[in-house]
This record gives sequence, structure tokens and C-alpha cells, in this order.
Amino acid sequence: MNALRLSWLYLRVGVMNELQYRANFVVQIFQSAITLLVGLAVLSLVYSHTSELNGWTQPELLCVLGIQILMGGVIRTYIQPNMTRVMEEVRQGTLDYALTKPEDAQLLASVREVRIWQVVDVISGAVVLGFGLSRIATGLGAVDAAAFAIALLFGAVMIYCFWLVIATGAFWVVNMWTAAELFDGVFQTGRWPVGIYPGWLRVSVTFLVPIAFAVTVPAEAVTSRLDWETLLFTAVFAVFLFASTRRFWHFGLRNYTGASA
Amino acid sequence: MTVAPQAATLPQAGRLRSTVDFYLTTMRLAVQEQLQYRTANYFYMFGMVAEPVIYLVVWTTIADQQGGSVQGFTAGYFAAYYIVWTLVRNMNIVFGAPYWEQRIREGDLAGALVRPLHPLHFDIAYFAGWKVVVIALWIPLAIGLSLVFDPVLDPRPLEITVFAVAIWGAYLLRTMFQSTLGMLCFWTTRGAAIFDLWMTLELLLSGRLVPLPLMPDWVQTISWFLPFQWAFYFPIESLVGDLSDAELARGLAVQLLWILIGLGLFKIAWRSAIRRFSAVGG
Repeated sequence: MNALRLSWLYLRVGVMNELQYRANFVVQIFQSAITLLVGLAVLSLVYSHTSELNGWTQPELLCVLGIQILMGGVIRTYIQPNMTRVMEEVRQGTLDYALTKPEDAQLLASVREVRIWQVVDVISGAVVLGFGLSRIATGLGAVDAAAFAIALLFGAVMIYCFWLVIATGAFWVVNMWTAAELFDGVFQTGRWPVGIYPGWLRVSVTFLVPIAFAVTVPAEAVTSRLDWETLLFTAVFAVFLFASTRRFWHFGLRNYTGASA
Repeated sequence: MTVAPQAATLPQAGRLRSTVDFYLTTMRLAVQEQLQYRTANYFYMFGMVAEPVIYLVVWTTIADQQGGSVQGFTAGYFAAYYIVWTLVRNMNIVFGAPYWEQRIREGDLAGALVRPLHPLHFDIAYFAGWKVVVIALWIPLAIGLSLVFDPVLDPRPLEITVFAVAIWGAYLLRTMFQSTLGMLCFWTTRGAAIFDLWMTLELLLSGRLVPLPLMPDWVQTISWFLPFQWAFYFPIESLVGDLSDAELARGLAVQLLWILIGLGLFKIAWRSAIRRFSAVGG
């Protein structure tokens, strides 16, 4: 309960901070619009040459695109800013200020930053998703919708875990920035259902970087492709990942001697 | 303080020799400097490889679904296209427009202006030297990708020669247009939106996204009259495609034309930009 209150407090302060910079909102809208238009152009190009891609129709892939943009927005609003801050603070030695506070260090490290204008991507992703759904004849059942919500939540948790592992790596390797840049490139694989990739790549973007869980699995839910076994496996894997990531974080902390602030 | 636009002049007699000497020295410097950052250079390349691999997989999937080819392009062609793509993309990395802002803000430009040579010479020479390192590092990457994706590549000796020239043409072409665009930084600190728009046009019209014949006809027509494809699609196609001797020659000529147009635009933009410049530190 205390954790929730604390997160809420940080969120409010962070949002108020960001709201001072209104011009960034316009820039963000412009950039989101470009991202969206390019995504739509690529889809229409692909479907001008084929009627389905590996069993996915155009409206269904619109859903995938929408979820990828939405998840990207979530990552850039909340997950990535916090994790890059941890990496930066390890380098500068200021992480000690967070570690000495009488709260759980992982919680603090994960909720201090918010880039609220990036929410534009969450909204535009949701709109694309809604539009895609409206063009799927069967519509969206209540069970599918619930499965989608659960899958999306677990997906976000797994992406968070991935980022925390990278950030924890900063305790040993100072220059983890390149890894962050790599993530942006690899996240683009989420534009397409993971099934189209060759085996080695599919395994990598499922278990190494959990993009398949974050985008493809929720997309399977809204297009009535998801079976209970996959959803259950997703849940189990998310819990496993969260637990082991937390252990890894503590292991990192024990090895961290501080850089003296 | 406003810096006078004309810097110290070189003695005319040794001008050419000094310039050549400057280029060679700067390139050598860049090679030595960048060789120290092999890991960083590699990480950067790996991050970049995700993009063409995604395109490659998507179009290979479509080709396979349609009995092996899309509009006559086979999976082997796509593999060759996107593997050569990675080298051309690397050659396309130049001193980008957004970095002009940094150059002005941090005062580096003030220092560069008092040198007897235009800063553009430094950009061209330094990045050209870096390219030598990039090409060397790219070769193992290309071999790895070729083992995974089975490209079909059977160029004639002339095509290889034209390609070797065209990637440097692409490099100069893009340098000119990025530098011209960078002049915007003398007027505004919010150039990012325009640079993004430019990059998007480039993505769609250059052949970076797909081989241009897969684009709708009207897009191909537009892109024919713009510089983008001559820095991207043409170099790739000179090696991967089946261009005639005349088409190869024409491609190089158009590249040269666009380089000159870009240089002209840059000179015009530079002249009015530098008048607005007031030095910051340096």
C-alpha cells in the first residue's frame, strides 16, 4: 500500500514537472504522427503485394502495429526514463541518495521518472488498435478483451524486467548506453508477429528480449488466436522473470560499493 | 562578438598541396581514433542490423507465400539487397544536420572558423577516414549475414567498380544535403521536427525501406527527381541488380549532378547562415 502511495506521489511530481514544458507536447505530437504514418504506409505497401502475411490479415496487423506503438509509449513514458536514470546515477555516484532512503531500493529506482508527453504514443497506439479491431469482422469478445488486458500487463512487466537487468548491469559495466540503443532497434521487430521470424531470431525476441510477450501475445489475444496454455505460460514466465530479476538486482546491489556522491 | 565571414587565406601557390595534405592527415587521424572504439562501432552496427533484417524477413515471407518471388524479386535477391544495404547505410552516415546545433551551442564552430579551411573540409575528410574503419568492420558482419540468409549475388567486374565509386558518391551526396539542412540550426533550436520529416521522406523515397520497384508508380516517379535514391537505391542496385552499362554510367552522372547541386545549395545557405553567427566560447 505504501509502495502504491509512493509511486503515485512521484508520478504526480513528475507530471507537474513535465507540464511546464508545453512546447514539447507539440513536438511529441508531430513525431508520433510521423511514426504512425510511416507504420501505416509500410503496412499498406506490404498488403498491396499480398493479402495476408503468415496468416495475418491487414486489420489484424493493424492491431499488432497499434499494440507495438502503445507498448513503446509505455516504455518511453515510464520504464526507460527510470532505468536510464539508474545507469546515469551509477556513473555519477548519485544513486547512493536513493539507496540510503528507508524504502525498497528497487521500488524507488523504478518510479522516480515520468515522461508524460510520451503518453501521446500510448493514445495513438490505442486508436490504431481500436481502428484495426473495428475492421475485424468477428469483433472482440469479453474473454478476449480480458486476456488482452492480462497479456498486456504481463508484457509490460517483462519489458520492465529486461530493462532492470540492463540497468543492473551498470553496476559492473559503466557504459550500458549502447545496450539501450540496441533495444530501440530490436523493439522494431515487434511491428510484425513473431511467427514470421526464423527460429534463432524468434527465440531471441521471445526469451532474450521479451518483445513477443509484450506485443505478439496481446495481439494474439485480440485476434482470438491465444489459447489458455500460452497465456498461462506467459503468466508463469512473467512471475519467474520478475522474481529472478529482483534477485539479480539485489545481487548487483551487494556487489556495488558506491561511487561516493 | 561577430566573426568576420572570411577566415585567414592560404598562400595560393601551395593551396592544392596543402588541402590534399589536410585531407590525408585528417583521414589518418580518424582511422587511428576510430580503431580504438572497435567495440562501440560494432555495437552501433549491430543495432543498425535489426532494421534491414526485419524488412528482409517480411519480404522473404511474402515471396515464399507467392511461390518464391514478389514482382520477380526472389528471396535470394532480397537477401543480397538488404545485406548490401547495411554497407550503403553505413556509408550514408555523415556529419548530420542535428550536430550543427551542438557545434554552434558548444562553441566549436568559433574555433573552426579561424582555421584557414572551411569546416566542411574537415567533416568530409574525418568521416571519410572513419568509413575506412567502418568498411573493414563491416566485412565480417556481411559474411555472417550471408551465411544466415543465402543472398544471390553475381556482379560483373564493371558493376563492382561502379559500386565502389557509387558508395563514395552516396557519401558525398548525403554530406552535402545534411550540411545544407544543418544550416537551419543558425536560425532555430527546434530543427529536430524538420530533420525528422526529412529522414522520413528519405526512408520512403530512397529505397531504404524496400527496393523502389515495389513502391507505387507515383512514388517511383517522385523519387526519380529527388536526390534520395541516388545515395541509396542506386549504389545497392549497381551491385545487386542488373543495370546496363548505360544505366550505370547515368547513375554516376546523376550522383555527380546532385553532389554539385547540394554543394551549391550549401554555399548559398552557408553565406547567409554565417552572417547570423555570433560566437559562443570556443
